[in-house]
Amino acid sequence: MSVLVVAEHHGGKWHKMSWDTLVAGQTVAALLKTELSALILGAQIEPLAAELATHRVDRVFVAEHELLSEYSSDGYTIAIQQVIGRVSPDLILFPHSYFVRDYGPKLAARLNRSFLNDVIDINVKENCIRFTRQLFQGKINADVTFSDDLPHFISIQSGAYRGDTLEPTGNFAPVEKIDVTIDPTDIRTRYGEWFRESKSKVDLSSAEIIVSVGRGIKDPKHIPIAKGLAEALGGELAASRPVCDNGWLPLERQVGSSGQTVSPKLYLAIGISGAIQHVVGMKGAEKIAAINQDAGAPIFEIADYGIIGDLFEVVPALTEAILAIKED
Amino acid sequence: MNIFVCLKQTPARDSVIRFADHGKRIDESGLTYELNEPDAFALEEGIRLKEENGGKVVVVSVGPERAIAVIREALAKGADRGILIENDESFQVDAFAIAKALAAVLSEESPDIVLTGLQADDLGFGQTGVILAELLNLPHASIVVKIVEISDGSIRVRKELESGWFQNIDMPLPALLTIQSGTNKPRYATLMGIKKAKTKPVEYYSIRDLGVEPLRSQTIENFYAPPKTKETQFFEGSSREAADKLAEKLKFEARIL
Ligand SMILES: Cc1cc2nc3c(=O)[nH]c(=O)nc-3n(C[C@H](O)[C@H](O)[C@H](O)COP(=O)(O)OP(=O)(O)OC[C@H]3O[C@@H](n4cnc5c(N)ncnc54)[C@H](O)[C@@H]3O)c2cc1C
Ligand SMILES: Nc1ncnc2c1ncn2[C@@H]1O[C@H](COP(=O)(O)O)[C@@H](O)[C@H]1O
Repeated sequence: MSVLVVAEHHGGKWHKMSWDTLVAGQTVAALLKTELSALILGAQIEPLAAELATHRVDRVFVAEHELLSEYSSDGYTIAIQQVIGRVSPDLILFPHSYFVRDYGPKLAARLNRSFLNDVIDINVKENCIRFTRQLFQGKINADVTFSDDLPHFISIQSGAYRGDTLEPTGNFAPVEKIDVTIDPTDIRTRYGEWFRESKSKVDLSSAEIIVSVGRGIKDPKHIPIAKGLAEALGGELAASRPVCDNGWLPLERQVGSSGQTVSPKLYLAIGISGAIQHVVGMKGAEKIAAINQDAGAPIFEIADYGIIGDLFEVVPALTEAILAIKED
Repeated sequence: MNIFVCLKQTPARDSVIRFADHGKRIDESGLTYELNEPDAFALEEGIRLKEENGGKVVVVSVGPERAIAVIREALAKGADRGILIENDESFQVDAFAIAKALAAVLSEESPDIVLTGLQADDLGFGQTGVILAELLNLPHASIVVKIVEISDGSIRVRKELESGWFQNIDMPLPALLTIQSGTNKPRYATLMGIKKAKTKPVEYYSIRDLGVEPLRSQTIENFYAPPKTKETQFFEGSSREAADKLAEKLKFEARIL
């Protein structure tokens, strides 16, 4: 078995999830007692490749091409397919980024393989590898094995392995260039510049206290219930995605993978189930409190404090209790 | 325009999921089902495309007999034709197999545009559309939040990126888009629509007759409740009692008051 990790970057900067994925790769390579290689694609990426080579890998492959200077699903698929042809890895790990969502399953299908996404844990027993992933928006876990042939394609969920603890070593792994051929006509899509809808006026990242409201609030007319609590606590009001999608609160208050990332002293989640795309944006909070009527809601897996109950009763009571304490 | 929309029937959002056979299976006995959330947005996008450009909307679902409900719902909202690819297995089937079944049927049609939801809320693959594009040899865009314009055989869409960024993408038609939730306001079916739906054609296939083998490239060995990563202090009693206890903790333990 040999393991290959695909590292991702954009505009000369690493994607944070690349490091999580690299740690996952190191862990599984150790379990399988095998070598770990890493792959980086792009144009003008020598400095990144050199940096990668100092992070506990046995080898770094570099696939450079002018047409890889910006991401395209066609370009990445063609290039990685050629790399796989050259280095024959048995297990390929990708970060579960939006890019990988866009090309990973396509690449696997081109090689007549399935793709296993959002893996949170990998175990090896008697040379059989079991991968853990979440189902039902985080309510259920499942252990999965592959029934198809090598190589196996998997993506690692953000934060499942702790890339932020990874330190460079003094050693440089060998860096090997791999020639890839891509024809401009192979790339069927044209990608425009990145932009943000509007400059956000709300910076939740520096807030110390955040009261965040989810779909459990049911109707925009109930938003003041959450707002009242936020005001009592002297905190900012935030929301899960469906609340912003519905226009109940502006998009600039959305927390999660497609919104803001926050790390307050207290994150109080009201009527939020705790789907991974929300959790990645707030799990760095010092203390997490959750109010939810469903004892099985995944938000309770990461909460320090929990109340299982109806938010329409609990939140007003909590607001009163806090105001009373503050008056003392 | 020949518009195809892929619909999955999934357990209702608030379902309590129970296991059977010591976690080997999901217990389906108490479940109720609905249209997968992003697919409702994909369907709405498809119907609007028809209203603006003319053409037909065909909806396709792979699933057990009960999945006919989402096809009927779509026909009532304005889709013109339905295709049900019957497959009894709901939870032990991977995106690759589903995409192969969809591709087997769609390759016999001539779609101008294929729409899927971004992700199914039950198994959470977020892959079927992307694989289907590959199998049909179509360009695609994923996590689409808006169809910006269609002109001269090409399409411009807006795609969501991480952390609040967006990007426009141009590609030639035919193409496949995976649609993100929240991009439009899905319509309700009218009484008239529901009545009309009864006369609209539905074709049936079986996944095995379509030659989709193997049906499974990945096997779920067992299902279980996720282990807790934190020791949660739960506060019980009446709402007032629980709220008082939490407020105390916020003051004396979390020290944020
Ligand atoms: C690519 C992608 C990106 C995404 N980005 C984001 C993102 O940035 N941010 C984000 O938040 N989501 C994001 N999502 C969506 C995410 O997957 C979830 O769908 C979303 O977070 C769910 O929001 P919610 O918890 O408010 O709603 P639900 O999942 O519907 O949960 C509502 C909760 O309220 C509880 N509830 C209901 N009534 C009451 C009551 N009376 N009292 C107490 N509790 C009650 C229910 O038990 C339930 O747990 C993204 C999804 C994808 C696929
Ligand atoms: N069984 C199915 N039948 C029809 N469409 C499906 C099915 N499974 C997935 N899809 C489509 O593919 C999208 C992504 O699903 P998934 O890859 O399972 O997360 C869904 O939103 C549907 O549009």
